[in-house]
Amino acid sequence: MATPLTMTVDLVARFPGKVTADRRPGYTGFSVNNENLVEVATAIRDEFGYDLLTAVTAVDYIAENKMEVVYHAYKTTGGAGLVFKVQAERVDPIEVPSLINLWAGVDFQEREAWDLYGIKFTGHPDLRRILMWEGYDGHPLRKDWKEPFFEEEAKPFKSRWPDGKFAFAENKNPFRDNLNFPKDFDPENFVVEKEEDLYLSLERDSLKDTAGNMKTDHIVVNMGPHHPSTHGVLRVAVQLDGETIIGLKPVMGYLHRNHDKIGERNTYLQIIPYTDRLDYFNSMSNNFGYVIAVEKLMKIQVAERAEYIRVIMAELSRIQNHLIFIGMLMNDLGAMYTPSLYAFEERELILDIFEAVSGARMMCNYFRFGGVVRDVPEFALKKIQDLVSDRLPAKTDEMERFLNENEILMARLKGIHVLNAEEAINYSVTGPVLRATGVPYDLRRADPYSVYDRFDFDVAVRHNGDMMDNYLIRFDEIRQSLRILEQALKQIPQGPINSQKPAYQVRVPAGEAYGRIESPKGELGYYLISNGKPNPYRYHVRPASFVNLQCVEKMCIGTKIADFVALVAMLDIVMGELDR
Amino acid sequence: MENEKLSLPTYSIPEDIQNVVAVTTLDRLYNWGRRSSVWPLMFGLACCAIEMIAAQTARYDMARFGMEVMRPTPRQADMMLVSGTVTKKMLPSIIRLYNQMPEPKYVVAMGACASSGGPFKEGYNVVAGIDKFLPVDVYIPGCPPTPQALIAGMIKLQEKIDKQSIKSATWYNKEKKDGNYVPMPILGPDLIDVRRNAEIKQVAATKEGA
Repeated sequence: MATPLTMTVDLVARFPGKVTADRRPGYTGFSVNNENLVEVATAIRDEFGYDLLTAVTAVDYIAENKMEVVYHAYKTTGGAGLVFKVQAERVDPIEVPSLINLWAGVDFQEREAWDLYGIKFTGHPDLRRILMWEGYDGHPLRKDWKEPFFEEEAKPFKSRWPDGKFAFAENKNPFRDNLNFPKDFDPENFVVEKEEDLYLSLERDSLKDTAGNMKTDHIVVNMGPHHPSTHGVLRVAVQLDGETIIGLKPVMGYLHRNHDKIGERNTYLQIIPYTDRLDYFNSMSNNFGYVIAVEKLMKIQVAERAEYIRVIMAELSRIQNHLIFIGMLMNDLGAMYTPSLYAFEERELILDIFEAVSGARMMCNYFRFGGVVRDVPEFALKKIQDLVSDRLPAKTDEMERFLNENEILMARLKGIHVLNAEEAINYSVTGPVLRATGVPYDLRRADPYSVYDRFDFDVAVRHNGDMMDNYLIRFDEIRQSLRILEQALKQIPQGPINSQKPAYQVRVPAGEAYGRIESPKGELGYYLISNGKPNPYRYHVRPASFVNLQCVEKMCIGTKIADFVALVAMLDIVMGELDR
Repeated sequence: MENEKLSLPTYSIPEDIQNVVAVTTLDRLYNWGRRSSVWPLMFGLACCAIEMIAAQTARYDMARFGMEVMRPTPRQADMMLVSGTVTKKMLPSIIRLYNQMPEPKYVVAMGACASSGGPFKEGYNVVAGIDKFLPVDVYIPGCPPTPQALIAGMIKLQEKIDKQSIKSATWYNKEKKDGNYVPMPILGPDLIDVRRNAEIKQVAATKEGA
């Protein structure tokens, strides 16, 4: 398994006095001085060639009275990453320079750090709250911030079953609900904020008519959070000039389920079922990324048979995700239901396999540290073999035959520009959307994890970067996944399915780890900090959908409102992962 | 409905006209029509929405029970299927949708999150069950409920519809106008349930600390 070999780049020698190596036990990377961050980051991008800044997150070291922002930079040519950090004093206001002029892809992630940690990124043009609403009291991920239903710092809570009796959490809160108001708050005289910041920033960033055409009135339309084509509860504020989009701001957080905060209270094992509910189409892939991160911290080997089982499950998951993607895209293009009914037919067969191995259709909770929870029964392997060698290839061909030459589909997809390669990298876009622009960046090849280096497969790439390529690349990926599955099913060895003894509480040495996998939607990363206790000190998910959505504004401005629906579908976002 | 036929078993109808004539009560006829065309609001919140879609597809086929016509507009919907975690940020939108639905209307809480907050209950942005705001008719357990469980819950709703009567139904009662109107909650420092304003003010005033 490839771990980031950050020492291949000697930042300390390049910037003496401005950068120090992070020498805390279990930590890697470099510590950059707050005032030199932009200078060092420019060198990291332009001199050292780390062009893809994937993850930005913050950590609250309350004992040292410090806030730390952690950046993970990678090269799109592949290989190990570079971790650099910047610390700020934990006094109001906590200020860190924004990197938005170097990487546009830090936009949402910096806003998230502002929302949840209250770190001010100086120079960020649009630093609004992103997951919670404007006016919310406090920054929830700070270690001294307590949620209304707070019981204890870490699970298992002793208070849950006092004397073996059930107790409602509501009875412990003075407001008898999941609520917390500041002292002397008076709801009757409260003035509601009218989201003025959102509309101001929409107005500011909208495309100004410079050609001196006839002046027309612009209208603002709010699509969502309840809208059939926004794939869940995404809301988008769109400014329209006739039918043309001239400004657009996504608003999210309508499914913000406080994944990070709950994760920091949970034990390591308890987090696995929560990861299922991130990207609810691919619970297997979500488990995969998380266990890889914990295994990096624990420095354990995974049982050989389990590695193959993991790959098989992750690739099956990718196939059903892409099939659903195609079905839902057709829905959004106006081919209501019929293609998605075809997709769901195949998905059900794959879910049957998940149910056979894990006991649940969707929320599999199947992976464990060092392996998987139970073995794949013989009949399930046979079923997978039948699917992989007969049914799925035939059905994929059938779908392509039905859809690809369709006139309406071609008219809607061909030549509608999505992104070019430079833009995609700048916006930290990963996954099929990046590969459709001609960048062959697939973590299964670029930074191989698990046993992916043993299989013979191609990274699916398309070069035009239009919607048609984004659509076709999904078929390519299904075919490559089938290739991997064929080989994995042939090579899968007998043996134990877990290298560790089953345990409710695992010992995780102190340190940090970033585990990432190529989920069907892009790079799914988990950033973990352990302090040796049974629950993580910091647990952060770098969701593919959330980071990919950053380019939506760039992508959609100048297009027609009807194409917007298809463009959002193209990003293949899923709200559970986007909002967490 | 105990027997699927519309006709009441207490009346004997000659065999040769049984396909043409039915003797029944108005309630039964009315409910038979309503139960067979419960149109859900096309409205997915989280993971459960995927199982809701799966229940519509060929293998489970909710259309067998007359529930396949998903309406994206609340004005045409009979039933709101709260399929997923209700967050504080989303709640005002849900209440607005509910208030826009015409009577008679039903609410089904699908899954653990909509019923009680589920695994996310302790989260600071999570409403611990939609029943804190809306009158829920059927709760469906599961995380997420399988399509079979969803269909079972829908059949429970049909049974509930069967038991209602025009005479006692609130939605034709002139005195009880807007009986189901739920005041909109407000997003302030936290979620403000305006029905509890006085209580919030009083507790906040006696709160310890800053």
